[in-house]
Amino acid sequence: MIAELGHFSLILTLFVALAQGCLALAGAARDNAVWIAFARPAARAQFLLIIFSFATLGWSFIVKDFSVAYVAQNSNSQLPLLYRIAAVWGGHEGSLLLWLLMQTGWAYAVSVFSKQLPDVMVARVLGVLGLVTAGFLLFVLLTSNPFERLVPAPIEGMDLNPLLQDIGLIFHPPLLYMGYVGFSVAFAFAIAALLAGQLDSTWARWSRPWATAAWLFLTLGIALGSWWAYYELGWGGWWFWDPVENSSFIPWLVGTALIHSLAVTEKRASFKNWTVLLAISTFSLSLLGAFLVRSGVLTSVHAFATDPRRGVFILMLFAVVVGSSLFLFALRAPKVGMGGRFELISRESLLLVNNVLLAVAAGAVILGTLYPLFIDALGLGKLSVGPPYFNAVFIPLMVPALLLMAVGPVANWKSAKISALMKHLHVPAVVALVVGVGAPFLLGRWSALVALGLALATWIATAVVKGIVDRMRATRTGLRAQPRSWLGMHLAHLGIAVFVAGVTLVMGYETEQDVRMTPGSTVSTGGYDLKFLGVNKAQGPNYVADIGDIELSRDGRVLRLLHPEKRSYISSEMPMTEAAIDANGLRHVYVALGEPLADSAWSVRVYYKPFVDWIWIGCILMALGGLLAISDRRYRLKRRERKAALVAAGATA
Amino acid sequence: MKNRHKRLALIAGGLAAFGIATALVLNAFQSNLVFFFTPTQVSAGEAPQERTFRVGGMVQTGSVQRQSDGLTVKFVVTDTAKMIPVSYTGILPDLFSEGKGVVAQGKLGADGLFRAEEVLAKHDENYMPPEVQHALDEAAKNTITARP
Repeated sequence: MIAELGHFSLILTLFVALAQGCLALAGAARDNAVWIAFARPAARAQFLLIIFSFATLGWSFIVKDFSVAYVAQNSNSQLPLLYRIAAVWGGHEGSLLLWLLMQTGWAYAVSVFSKQLPDVMVARVLGVLGLVTAGFLLFVLLTSNPFERLVPAPIEGMDLNPLLQDIGLIFHPPLLYMGYVGFSVAFAFAIAALLAGQLDSTWARWSRPWATAAWLFLTLGIALGSWWAYYELGWGGWWFWDPVENSSFIPWLVGTALIHSLAVTEKRASFKNWTVLLAISTFSLSLLGAFLVRSGVLTSVHAFATDPRRGVFILMLFAVVVGSSLFLFALRAPKVGMGGRFELISRESLLLVNNVLLAVAAGAVILGTLYPLFIDALGLGKLSVGPPYFNAVFIPLMVPALLLMAVGPVANWKSAKISALMKHLHVPAVVALVVGVGAPFLLGRWSALVALGLALATWIATAVVKGIVDRMRATRTGLRAQPRSWLGMHLAHLGIAVFVAGVTLVMGYETEQDVRMTPGSTVSTGGYDLKFLGVNKAQGPNYVADIGDIELSRDGRVLRLLHPEKRSYISSEMPMTEAAIDANGLRHVYVALGEPLADSAWSVRVYYKPFVDWIWIGCILMALGGLLAISDRRYRLKRRERKAALVAAGATA
Repeated sequence: MKNRHKRLALIAGGLAAFGIATALVLNAFQSNLVFFFTPTQVSAGEAPQERTFRVGGMVQTGSVQRQSDGLTVKFVVTDTAKMIPVSYTGILPDLFSEGKGVVAQGKLGADGLFRAEEVLAKHDENYMPPEVQHALDEAAKNTITARP
């Protein structure tokens, strides 16, 4: 009964979403105040209805109602409560329900945090979001109903994929979806602006915090996925250029271009067409990512079931979204003016280069990800594109982007003088050169790539610190007096520097060994000694495990015991590796059990990963930078206050 | 410089950068394509020597032999029609087992032994990699058509 209520509530949401989409857009077109006023309450109602649906599915998991097919497929009576709840989005149907929850949640947020916007604009944005929601609801109801019953009900469920029984799973999909879906808001703003024929800097200012918010969630989601793969898959890699990873990384690249291009549109009213195109592409690529991951065309942990109907439906949704928005764009784009002019050396030019590099990088990743699928679909054979391709393309494209990252924030809008840039940047340049050339000597082996990576990281970090200090001196104010969006930008750039340093040092100095260890034998890595003491059996809630005892020591001093595990899940008989990691912020010693060999020996993976934490710390800094930027009060100023603020700014200028 | 010249310089620079990037991308792309072959195709000599490719099928039951160093494993990959011997040094993925599907990436030696650099993990014990399914289907089709 509970599950049927959830199903009913989904159907009800579909009608509300359709009504909202049609009425709000029609109302905005015909200036009908009543229809326009319908948008906000309808958005809130949808969110509440989806929360209800979501809760009923959660309830079915909590009470172990295996008569619901989805619960039976993704849960088990021995599964701990925490994972039973996380299992709500552990499979295809439930993760789409999560998607809907996010989608309506964003629309709810728009309806709440849009008091400073004209009602017509809000109606258009919410109308577009309502139509997107309706599209996904149709998808769920027609092809992936999570509330379907199983008759007769099985006594026991099949269990959640053991790979997904982990704290990482609980947060990875929600964060990633928040990002994916969040870009639908920036998309809706772009479409609303096209519909209204008002592509100006006001529009850019309205959509900027939303795009940044989506971007920060996507950043965190990708970082969490990478961290989870690192310790859960037991291979010790943090990025595999796997098509599934790529399908979240492509929207990230384009989304990063979007938040930079929005800055130009807001401040200088330039790049308007380009920004709209980026907003459309980012959301479209999020949909494409969803298609790739959900349709089962890719082989991965994310491909739950191969039902061709689902793939076709998402592809249709994708075609409708892309087709209609590009059509609208083609109709309206010629009327959009060029905006402010700018010189060859100016912040606009630098951001343009940033956008081109990011777009080309995204294109290269798309090529490497989709080409094998095309070839397969055309029946021309099966092939794959290896990580060396992505590295060979990505690194050369990102080097100039990183170089310019320090220059952009100190360059003036419209026209920048080279002498002024030199004045700002000679200190970072010298520091970067010294660190880049010198540091690898201290760390051991000198290599050109490490030198380059460290030089770039230092270049950015020094420029960020100098930029902030210079401004505080010039304005004689403290750190807290600076505009938050400006500080946020610098914090995010600092995050990139930390990330680059982490990647460089891991790639330059990591060691990976697969060794055979008998009890009492020792292996050393990165100056540490690991002594294999043996393996014991243990019983978990829904698995049995072999737990290794490995003693970590340095120069004869025992530091701690590491306990890597090899689990076998009872219900699915699926083996799982749980790595043991000793971390101290500067390096990881990573140990994973392989297989039992003869004479109570085991094969063991022993990895030494210097500075690997910095990769994720860098991502967290980027996300915090985004958070700081959207908390800037100028985004929340009421219309009247803003007018006053503008007058005041005009007076001081 | 006049405005028009500046714009020309900007466009020329952009085009040059774009051209270089495209050349870079396509070159790297060309040299990093990894093709997939079924055991039948490999024994027919269709697979390249000295170039990395992938082979997939089922691990022949009873064929897994661990060498004396403990880390090198030899096994046979079959699509039920032909068999390819494979050797791999390192730790196999959790779900590697006899009678299950496997995809190996590596190079074919002149002695007919496929030296795998990577053995690909599946994520689910019920899941058949599409490549392996393809290999089995192809082999099945051939045996049917071969019958008079």
